[in-house]
Amino acid sequence: MKKAAFALAVLSTAAVGSAFAQSSRDYISIVGSSTVYPFATVVAEQFGKATKFKTPKIESTGSGGGIKLFCAGVGVQHPDITNASRAIKKSEIESCAANGVKEIVEVKIGYDGLSVAHAKTGTPMNVSRKELFLALAKDVPNPDGSDTLVANPYQTWKDVNASLPAVKIEVLGPPPTSGTRDAFVELAMEHGCKEFDFIKAMKKADKKAFKAVCHTVREDGAFVEAGENDNLIVQKLEANPSAFGIFGFSFLDQNRDKVEGVAIEGVKPEFETISDGSYPVSRPLFFYVKKAHVGVIPGIKEYLAEFTSTKSMGQEGYLAERGLIPLPGDEYKGVADAVKNLAPMK
Amino acid sequence: MTNPTSPAAPGQSRGERNFARVQAGMKKRRAAETRFRLYGMIAVGLGLSFLLVLMFSIVSKGYSAFLQTYVRLDVPLLEEVIDPEQTRQLDTLRSADYGALVKQNLRDMFPEVTGRRDKFALYNLVSNGAGFDIRDRVLANPDLIGTTLSIWVAADDDVDMLLKGHIERTGPEADRRIKDNQLAWIDKLNAEGRLEKRFNVAFFSNGDSRDPELSGIRGALMGTIFTLIVTLSLSFPLGVAAAVYLEEFAPKNRWTDLIEVNINNLAAVPSIVFGLLGLAVFINFFELPRSAPLVGGLVLTLMTLPTIIIAGRAALKSVPPSIREAALGIGASPMQAMLYHVLPLALPGMLTGTIIGMAQALGETAPLLMIGMVAFIADVPQGIFDPSTALPVQIYLWADSPERAYVERTSAAIMILLAFLALMNTVAVLLRKRFEQRW
Repeated sequence: MKKAAFALAVLSTAAVGSAFAQSSRDYISIVGSSTVYPFATVVAEQFGKATKFKTPKIESTGSGGGIKLFCAGVGVQHPDITNASRAIKKSEIESCAANGVKEIVEVKIGYDGLSVAHAKTGTPMNVSRKELFLALAKDVPNPDGSDTLVANPYQTWKDVNASLPAVKIEVLGPPPTSGTRDAFVELAMEHGCKEFDFIKAMKKADKKAFKAVCHTVREDGAFVEAGENDNLIVQKLEANPSAFGIFGFSFLDQNRDKVEGVAIEGVKPEFETISDGSYPVSRPLFFYVKKAHVGVIPGIKEYLAEFTSTKSMGQEGYLAERGLIPLPGDEYKGVADAVKNLAPMK
Repeated sequence: MTNPTSPAAPGQSRGERNFARVQAGMKKRRAAETRFRLYGMIAVGLGLSFLLVLMFSIVSKGYSAFLQTYVRLDVPLLEEVIDPEQTRQLDTLRSADYGALVKQNLRDMFPEVTGRRDKFALYNLVSNGAGFDIRDRVLANPDLIGTTLSIWVAADDDVDMLLKGHIERTGPEADRRIKDNQLAWIDKLNAEGRLEKRFNVAFFSNGDSRDPELSGIRGALMGTIFTLIVTLSLSFPLGVAAAVYLEEFAPKNRWTDLIEVNINNLAAVPSIVFGLLGLAVFINFFELPRSAPLVGGLVLTLMTLPTIIIAGRAALKSVPPSIREAALGIGASPMQAMLYHVLPLALPGMLTGTIIGMAQALGETAPLLMIGMVAFIADVPQGIFDPSTALPVQIYLWADSPERAYVERTSAAIMILLAFLALMNTVAVLLRKRFEQRW
């Protein structure tokens, strides 16, 4: 017994030793946003099946985490592509460059709508971004009309605006680590927040204070952090018809028999309204490619070609079927050309 | 104890009075005894009923995933589509557009369907993988080209869900995943006997997929097996050696005390911490590949080692000292006494501890998150260096997917994980039964 165990130990040590010599990788490694993940995985699978290359490996790390891994350096142990549900920041490009990742190709793949939804059995509503801000922010302008901030006093939607139903404010949403939460705060709340002139004036005077007002979600129980699992939010909405949930459009699209989108400023979240830009809460999705890895890791060029082909990213492509809102015609053309030339960002 | 209680009468002796007093309290004591047992029974009953509810909900949601709806297609394998130049070269055959054949076949079956949108809806009845199934058949036997192939291919997940009753046929059309025209086509196919629920082979032979009907558990299962092999082959010898040295040979001093305290502490450290350690040491410092079962196994080794060492030491302690002394008494060296007499007797206990540690490792996701094993990996791993996931990770990923069909697959994957766990525990019980010694 002991002898066998000893032999096993030697064998496994040898295995570990041989791993140190690992110097090449024959599959594409992709990290990044959980919002882009459902689309990137579909492309990766198609690519793996249709070509002689291996199926790329895709990790869902969140946009920020993905860019951090991506920017760690050039070499097989670092990812080749990172997905992002927001544009890369200037500071991130700088930290990339500091680690030797100089040429990055940006590919915009389409749009994602953020939907506020309720159970089919709930009451339909039409809210504005200003009302969303008033209902969900931690501090709101004093209801008496003076230019001061008070802790959010609103308990029902009717308190926010007399034309809304007298339903208790209860919104389930993602935690602060999520890109969906970032996007919601930026696109819906900040926009609604800026409609108050004195807060807008703050932006110039004190950007930090402005952000603290517009980006802070209330913590008194009206906003419930429901974790990253959007299926869970859908289930909770079904159980509680008066509650609302915040998630990406693809979840709304897949669960239309259970939940219904809330119209924002009179526009319902639909494929068409997000695509033409009339639905106000939508954001672009991207992925970033490390140019230094193209030609070193097999298949990157072909993967890009698959992703940007009309049969995936086009108006009737299979990504549209999964809930991605495709780029309008001329914008798509620009992206497809840029990918062919692998034009890096400045 | 069965004496009848008699009322205390004057003239009784002191002993009799005491006896009467005890008798009077007897009823209360018995009642307390019964209540105490009842509490225990209630606790056991509650625990069992929770387990039953859990198992029922998993099995009732998951059993349908083992069946999958298939569509029979009679696809003419047209030479002008597959191999127009009649070269019969593998590359040509591989890259031909077999999806177009499937679409053509569907159009032929429903010639009344025109218009882009309707055609799209029609194509959506059959899985995206259908073309690849046909490709595999053609690659295996190129002589099929020119003939008509009758083949059962997976139906789309929405069709599958409809036939299994997980999505409704009624309700406003706009809210339904399956529209009225698709319902009519499905009913027609069904009437022609072209739809059939069969055993879901793909679930056991495929890796992960974003099409629920093509997704399978094999990639995750192989990843788990490779990871556990690495874990076992490292943690068992290391754990046994450490336990033997600490228990039998190490001098008792401040250093060994410190080591002992630390091992006990390590057993209670949250597993995510080991994941972070693995990321820093194995991936960032030693530059081992991300997402590989090798790294997963190393991290889980760190996690299970304390468990194995503690169990190993307990097993060694339980071997009677007389055996050790008898061996030493007839002239065996301490090492001989250890290897030939004590260790074989302690081994069943050590094995049990090891398998408990392995079962813990089997269910871990948190440390794997840090080292990149929570990822979309479609190819089935072939070795400990290939990127792979593990069973609990697959469950987590499916639970988070928007498509309805993943609900049943999540439950089915949980069933597989539980079956794997039960198998490991059975092995542990059998091993113990076989080697156990009693004194």
